Amino acid sequence: MPTPYSLNQYPWWKYLLIGLVMLWGLTFALPNLFGEDPAVQISGARANITVDAAFQNRVAALLDADKLPHQRLELDGDRLLIRFADTEEQLKAADILRDRLGRDYIVALNLASAAPGFLRAMGLNPMYLGLDLRGGVHFLMQVDMDATIKQVEDSYVEEIRAQLRSDKIQYSAVSRAGGGGVQVEFKDAAERDKAAQLLRKSLSGLQASEPGPLSLKFTLSEREIKEKRDFALQQNITTLRNRVNELGVAEPIIQQQGSDRIVVQLPGVQDTARAKEILGATATLEFRLADEENDWNQAAATGRAPLNSRLYKDRNGRPVLLQKRVMLTGDAIVDASSGIDQQNGGPTVFVSLDGKGAKRFEDATKDNIGKRMGVVFIENKTETKRVGDELKKTAYTVEEVINVATIRDRLGRRFQITGLDSTREARDLALLLRAGALVSPIEIIEERTIGPSAGKENIAQGFRAAAIALVVIAGFMTWRYKNFGMIATAALAANVVLLIAALSMLQATLTLPGIAGIVLTMGMAVDANVLIYERIREELRNGNSPQMAIHAGFERAFSTIIDSNVTTLIAAIMLFGFGTGPIKGFAVTLSIGIVTSMFTAVTGSRALVNLLYGGRKLQTLSV
Amino acid sequence: MKRAIWQFDFYNTKIDFLRWAKLAMGWSVAVLLIAVGSLLIRGMNLGLDFTGGTVIEVQYPHPVAIPEVRETLVKAGYGDAQTQHFGTSHDVLIRIPPREQMNAATLSNQVLTALQGAEGGTGVTLARAEFVGPQVGKELVEQGGLAALGALLGILVYVMFRFEWRLAVGTIAATVHDVLFTIGWFSLFQLDFDLTVLAAVLAVIGYSVNDTVVVLDRIRENFRKRRKGSVIEVMNLSINETLSRTTMTSLVTLLSVIVMYFFGGTVMRGFSIAMIVGIVVGTYSSIYIASASALYLGISREDLLPRAKETADDQP
Repeated sequence: MPTPYSLNQYPWWKYLLIGLVMLWGLTFALPNLFGEDPAVQISGARANITVDAAFQNRVAALLDADKLPHQRLELDGDRLLIRFADTEEQLKAADILRDRLGRDYIVALNLASAAPGFLRAMGLNPMYLGLDLRGGVHFLMQVDMDATIKQVEDSYVEEIRAQLRSDKIQYSAVSRAGGGGVQVEFKDAAERDKAAQLLRKSLSGLQASEPGPLSLKFTLSEREIKEKRDFALQQNITTLRNRVNELGVAEPIIQQQGSDRIVVQLPGVQDTARAKEILGATATLEFRLADEENDWNQAAATGRAPLNSRLYKDRNGRPVLLQKRVMLTGDAIVDASSGIDQQNGGPTVFVSLDGKGAKRFEDATKDNIGKRMGVVFIENKTETKRVGDELKKTAYTVEEVINVATIRDRLGRRFQITGLDSTREARDLALLLRAGALVSPIEIIEERTIGPSAGKENIAQGFRAAAIALVVIAGFMTWRYKNFGMIATAALAANVVLLIAALSMLQATLTLPGIAGIVLTMGMAVDANVLIYERIREELRNGNSPQMAIHAGFERAFSTIIDSNVTTLIAAIMLFGFGTGPIKGFAVTLSIGIVTSMFTAVTGSRALVNLLYGGRKLQTLSV
Repeated sequence: MKRAIWQFDFYNTKIDFLRWAKLAMGWSVAVLLIAVGSLLIRGMNLGLDFTGGTVIEVQYPHPVAIPEVRETLVKAGYGDAQTQHFGTSHDVLIRIPPREQMNAATLSNQVLTALQGAEGGTGVTLARAEFVGPQVGKELVEQGGLAALGALLGILVYVMFRFEWRLAVGTIAATVHDVLFTIGWFSLFQLDFDLTVLAAVLAVIGYSVNDTVVVLDRIRENFRKRRKGSVIEVMNLSINETLSRTTMTSLVTLLSVIVMYFFGGTVMRGFSIAMIVGIVVGTYSSIYIASASALYLGISREDLLPRAKETADDQP
């Protein structure tokens, strides 16, 4: 049996370990002390528009010219951040800058961490506040998957018709079948067998069956249905991301949720109507032959396009002259993806067309090999503007040439667009082609708007509740357990620091229920100390010496602490697994809090007890 | 050292808790019947998260009377809207039930415009607007139920593995009791049951088990340590020994939740009420329901004696 003097002493490395953990906690929690400045964030609307030192000077001059008070301008990668003393100045400056800088730049409201530069340079950031704490709009959108599959089947109907026609096989009807799939009806069995042979080969991705003597049925395989659904979802996410960019939101969240839903969170946005107009814009594509007979720059200078041609601009603002006749529209595109050209290793975009579109495109391109072709991206938007006292909705379209390429061959079902400058350009082009293709319908099924003052109020109340709870618990523990109560309070404070550090490091979203989780964890964290202290008291009553009582108290309470915390953790993890949104925020803080509290309440407070009482001769114990 | 009762120092108590076990069981069954009855008859006052519809919270620069707001809304064609003050007399909460073909896009804007256009409506601002489609609510109920079931199952397995099946069943009985009681409370008083309250109910599961496990731990320890005394005596002793801790922890947690109720703002009210109810019944159930259930299931000393390899740890 160890002597009382050797009890309750930690080896030096344990103190060091605890010290290091606390140092880590304090460092990561530090940025939260400085709060956030209202800021305006400016970034280029397109890849070729750079935000650099010259631009910074230009913006500074603009701000000075309009006598807009601002704190400082910072270049942060490819964006410029301007800080303001209050939100009023921020809003005013944002309006003016948006006006002055035009459509080439995205001007967004943001909250910038006010922590000193060296902290941010070390990658230390304050906790990421959820929408309920900073204000903004939350949308949950559902992609209409039935419509998606219907679209796919419709395109197969077209394709089967085209194939049967081109092979001169007689059929009486091709249509979507009631329970899914495509059904083909024939007048005689010989024709059907011919068709079966042909279609089984050309539509090898589909499952073929023969429901009757004069019919054939093709159904999508599970895998293909899943692929199409995933594709529809990704396509919508891509489109939404493009739209949100132009909305000018500093830190938008666009995420998949479940198999057919998309979450869009726009911090700082208040005008839901405008947000929805922009998110709901529809886009189409047109392929047109280039006008090779006239000078494009001359047309741009006069502003007049020659007969049979239309004047466009490309993404860099250069003029492009295209013929009025449309070769192909975007709804024929089935897929577009970026990749590497097998022949010259350059970036390329692979495009697939549906059967009908392929036929049209073949006809249109076979006589124009060697000529150039432009792709026009057309967005239909609505804008609500205040005219006098009335709100007026106006619809307008934005047209832009996203690519001009030379037709090298007769283009059919699959073709590539090469000669692109970079892989990034290839990726952008593929995204735009997809965005302009047939998009599955989406519907907003949940919408939440939190005003900026409501957000501020929530965070103030949340933190006040947490602070008061901390003081109340500290008072209660000290009154009950004297010196040991103060040690428990120190451990509790350390727990809050570690919890905040972990949340800051993980950049987990802090929500109002998350703050409730912190408050609840504080109450439950001292439970470990209560268990230990009650045990120490018991050991003292049983006639043990103070040192022995401390030792036994910590040892014996340990397994109880593990059991009670593991069971709580099980509940918290279940909450995390099944919960969404605010519930998840609560589960995250609760789970992290349980883990950190085990460390601070057991190891941390033990270290303090050992430091204060260990290795000394004690007559009584203030517990 | 002698301490007063208000210091929650119960170390020399010898309360015969299990003498009232039958009474407590009877009381619990009666209360749960009321809870279930209320759930069946009155149902839950489900919040927007579960029913779908639109909630709009507006802020007036001056105090406003509800009938005025109501009149404006009826004129604007929202006769089915419910209005109430929210926190202060400046804040008004408007609920609009789900509508067929409702254009969620413009609803909150239309309501706000109508309120601003009415007499005394200048300066009305939108604090919060929420729209939830009817398909979302059903899933939330499902997910909440799954989370609760998953948590209960996980805990059951853990306690069975660490302790014994009778005690595991007792723990689950106590936890189900607490959850039903809390939900029943919300049903009986028709309090708003929203997503944060659901989170609180699931947190109650965690808390209730935490409390119970500490008592079970002591029961196991005492069975192994003391060779004499009946099952009832050992259980009573264990409950008495952990009584200080049980009351202390419950009080501390209760205090932090009460602070949240008063200072956490209106959004956290429902959450706090659920936690307060849950902690109070959780404390009661860990004393009575868990141990009494195990007792009625016929637990004996042999069931908890250490297996061969654990003997060394327990006998110094």
